[in-house]
Amino acid sequence: MECAFAITGKDFVLIASDMSAGRSIIQMKSNENKITPVGPNLAMACGGEPGDTSRFADYVDRNLRLYHIRNNFPLPPPSAASWVRRILAESIRSRSPYAVNVLLGGFDTTTSKPHLYWLDYLGTKADIPYAAQGVGMYVTLSTMDKWWYENIERREALDVLNKCVDEVKKRVTIKFDFNCVLIDKDGVHSLDLKSQDPIAELEAKVAAMKPSDPEPIIPSSDAPAIAAA
Amino acid sequence: MNAIIQNLSTPSHLPTTEEDELKGYGNLDEMGRIKGMQIPRVPDPTAFLNLYTDSMSSNPEAKIKLAHGTTTLAFRFKGGIIVAVDSRATAGSYIASGTVKKVIEINPYLLGTMAGGAADCQYWETYLGMRCRLYELRNKERISVAAASKILSNIVYGYKGRGLSMGTMICGWDKTGPALFYVDSEGQRLKGDLFSVGSGSTFAYGVLDQGYSYDLSDEEAQELGRRSIIAAGHRDAFSGNTCNLYHVRENGWEFIGNYDVSQQWYEYEAKKKAAREAASSEMAVEV
Repeated sequence: MECAFAITGKDFVLIASDMSAGRSIIQMKSNENKITPVGPNLAMACGGEPGDTSRFADYVDRNLRLYHIRNNFPLPPPSAASWVRRILAESIRSRSPYAVNVLLGGFDTTTSKPHLYWLDYLGTKADIPYAAQGVGMYVTLSTMDKWWYENIERREALDVLNKCVDEVKKRVTIKFDFNCVLIDKDGVHSLDLKSQDPIAELEAKVAAMKPSDPEPIIPSSDAPAIAAA
Repeated sequence: MNAIIQNLSTPSHLPTTEEDELKGYGNLDEMGRIKGMQIPRVPDPTAFLNLYTDSMSSNPEAKIKLAHGTTTLAFRFKGGIIVAVDSRATAGSYIASGTVKKVIEINPYLLGTMAGGAADCQYWETYLGMRCRLYELRNKERISVAAASKILSNIVYGYKGRGLSMGTMICGWDKTGPALFYVDSEGQRLKGDLFSVGSGSTFAYGVLDQGYSYDLSDEEAQELGRRSIIAAGHRDAFSGNTCNLYHVRENGWEFIGNYDVSQQWYEYEAKKKAAREAASSEMAVEV
């Protein structure tokens, strides 16, 4: 049982995912991060068969990093999405398919546009402005339909996201905790949904980092890139 | 895929003469590598095993029945890691053994627990011990718990859908301090502070979660681990007999003791009753 959703705005993408892990009815962990940064401005939320999800995220991460190293340029989001789709499409015809559903969000630094892709284990790919996967799909799609608008600002988008989180907590019988990332031109940042104004915190953090570290933040898979919210 | 084809073709790599046989051991070749597991000779081994293994199909006629009933638990606290397990092995409704060692001593710093298929856990965790020793010889330092658990996870993920059944916790002390990982045959690998695995895990969680805190003293933590297994051994028909308790510290693991579940249970009951009587007599004195 999992739940993830994502929203694009003017110059950013927000991705939120639940953090539960376990077997059948028993929750063994409530702070398992399911959002993997797979590039300087690209992140992926994975759901589906346990075991497959983390391995698939690892596989995508390492291959996109290899591309980055070989070409000294990261694969832009639309191409990355096509590549991930192809992997899933080839996998479904193999002896041991990855049963993984993906929300891939990224900021294209070449065109300065945010992108969000909805992919499923069958190899379906959809380029959409907002999306949900898992059990949250049934209650949050209408929420996003109503409140989302084009070129939405960060704080408003985060409000919509919080509405979705609230709705899931209200209407879905399973208890979920969520973590969240924001992807923009500066990289992949984790947001603390519990704090008063996560956007202000993020802006302060980015401003503090800028003068000393003008390089884009390349997420390292060895370091815990996203702290549990 | 190549491994499967190799298995299906004539096993030319198997020892033919007595001399060859001496080179390897069991399923291992002379280099200590695994020669490959036997896989059913059918076009789709996964689908075949799915149909005939009771843990994977709803087919009541499934001929391959795996032993499942177990309670194992491990948790991290300021004094290290406590590992506690029961010792019952069941085959259906029959208690096959009451003296099973469900903690596998991989090396002096690493422990693995056993839930699910006993043979699978024993075999692969012993093999993991070998891999850890090889790592130590190659790198002149001990393997981290994270790396050791990833080796196991990678192996079992390679056999996903082929009927392996294991739910194990890899516990140990490395450069980063005490570490605990849950690894299962689905390929799931979770880092955490507290896990319980097996049919009795729900009952163990019930006691464990209520008494757990990171700042427990060594004695309190050992008692909590023991109490949780006793609670599960009492409620779960597939767990019981005795409880084995281990404590992992900076200088390696230590076996604390073996405790009879029913004996302990009635001791706890007697203590509870005595405490209640003492409390009510105190009340009477006050009145």
